[in-house]
Amino acid sequence: MAQRRPSYLRVFLTFARNSLVRDTMFRTNFLLQCISSAGWTLMNVGFYLIVFQHTPLIGPESGWGKYEFFVFLATTWLINSLVQTFFMTNADDYSELIRTGNLDFVLLKPIDTQFLVSFQKMDWSSLSTFTAGVILLVVALWQLTTRPVHPLSISPWMVGLYLFYLCCGVAIFYSLMISLASTSIWLGRNQTLYDFWFYITNFARYPMEIYNRGWGVPLWGFFTFVVPVLVVVNVPARLLAQPLHPQRSLSWQLACFALLATIVSLLASRWVFQRALLSYRSASS
Amino acid sequence: MNAALARAAGWWTILCIALEERLVYRGDFALGTLMRFLPIVTQIFLWWAIFDTIGHGTRDSANIVGYSFSNMVAYYLLTMVSRAFSSMPGLASGIALQIRSGEIKKYLIQPIGMLEFLLLSRLAHKLAYYSVAVLPFLLVFSICRGYFVDGWPAWDLLAGYVAALLMSFLLGFFLEASIGLIGFWFLEVSSLLFIYMLFNFFLSGHMFPLDMLPAPWDRLVSMLPLKYLAYYPAAIFLGKVPREELIGELWIEAGWVVFFIVTARVAYRLGVRRYSGYGG
Repeated sequence: MAQRRPSYLRVFLTFARNSLVRDTMFRTNFLLQCISSAGWTLMNVGFYLIVFQHTPLIGPESGWGKYEFFVFLATTWLINSLVQTFFMTNADDYSELIRTGNLDFVLLKPIDTQFLVSFQKMDWSSLSTFTAGVILLVVALWQLTTRPVHPLSISPWMVGLYLFYLCCGVAIFYSLMISLASTSIWLGRNQTLYDFWFYITNFARYPMEIYNRGWGVPLWGFFTFVVPVLVVVNVPARLLAQPLHPQRSLSWQLACFALLATIVSLLASRWVFQRALLSYRSASS
Repeated sequence: MNAALARAAGWWTILCIALEERLVYRGDFALGTLMRFLPIVTQIFLWWAIFDTIGHGTRDSANIVGYSFSNMVAYYLLTMVSRAFSSMPGLASGIALQIRSGEIKKYLIQPIGMLEFLLLSRLAHKLAYYSVAVLPFLLVFSICRGYFVDGWPAWDLLAGYVAALLMSFLLGFFLEASIGLIGFWFLEVSSLLFIYMLFNFFLSGHMFPLDMLPAPWDRLVSMLPLKYLAYYPAAIFLGKVPREELIGELWIEAGWVVFFIVTARVAYRLGVRRYSGYGG
């Protein structure tokens, strides 16, 4: 009998529907989770509103004024919320699948193991942060495009590139996350995955210029070229909020590098995932 | 006299057992503590860039509400110490869970009160935590000692700082216990706890020095007890609290501690009265 190739799109949509049904079974809990996610975002905006009462820019001549930075902040939320919606729960579960030996059942399924491990569950409530990100982005862009001095003009090209690099950012974060989760095969258990993930991605939450001083330069180099988390938010946010930046050629070099970093990250994570899988020994009979 | 001695011996036993239990994970504790300083690295660079902007390239000439760049970094490091005393992870949710699952029955039939038992367990947890976390703390503080430009505070401020830290432990414990005890009335308190955590993170000064709040929020927040959980001890150490206000403020903090001790005790007594336990 000829083996049929599974429709990945249909499987993905089934996963999405099942997760939505499961999430909305406990409606109050779902609503509270949405409100709580939105609450953290509000608190963040509050903090930066206070910060911008004391400074016009983050970094001298960096171009990151109040609304430019809010574009940056919104981009951070959009990328993080997508990663949390689609991958965070699955990466957490992957460690447990390995520890308990239930990965055996995943390996037996006639579909790519990495796909199955990565998309099995979705946390729909994290999309409330996505909504908050869209609202903040629209408000910030409205302010930038209607300001009397040097109003920003946005072309369809910029929007297209922004969305493209948003996907690249998600891909880099996903690569890092699945690589970290794969280490559970060698470590047996990786309970601090979320902590470690938070500490590394924390560096991506600010414009990369802030690290370009003192002992921050090695950190800037490490988190740009070795673990490229700094390009994740910086490139899309820069393309949209600072198209007239004096170092425009540098921005484009960075954009090209981000594309390369995405491809290399995805390939490297695939390699790590498969290498780790070769070391997997079932935990039960 | 014998009864008091027996009670003290019981408390001592609980403390010793809890200490041994906590020290099993000392390696994890030490690594976790060191990792917790990592977000401060990004905070340092954020404020460095901000102070560079205000000082037109020279961060040392700038200040924000009386905080120089060094003060700001020292503030964040000191709030880590404050939080090491006042944060009570899992306390409120644990109490609510014990009420919901019926585990609370054990306190009704055993000769020890729930609040006393939990306080001693938490004390043991903190002692174990400090004994292991002291090394990562010393390492980070010695690396960052240059940010403490004014050196150690005078002895009276130091005494005030220690008193504020110790009271922040009691305040944090009884405040969270009071929230957990609401579980007698509403079985699920996670949403309430989340709101508390949200306000706590923002209004305790963990996120930024509360002096930065604009009017009228600064006055409103200064009337809440949350500032004693992170901001206040750090502000004393950095000399941001005027000497003439120090004693008065410490009395107010003590007043809040007493208020939440009474609240927790009353809530427990009333809660036990309406509690129903079934089964074995």
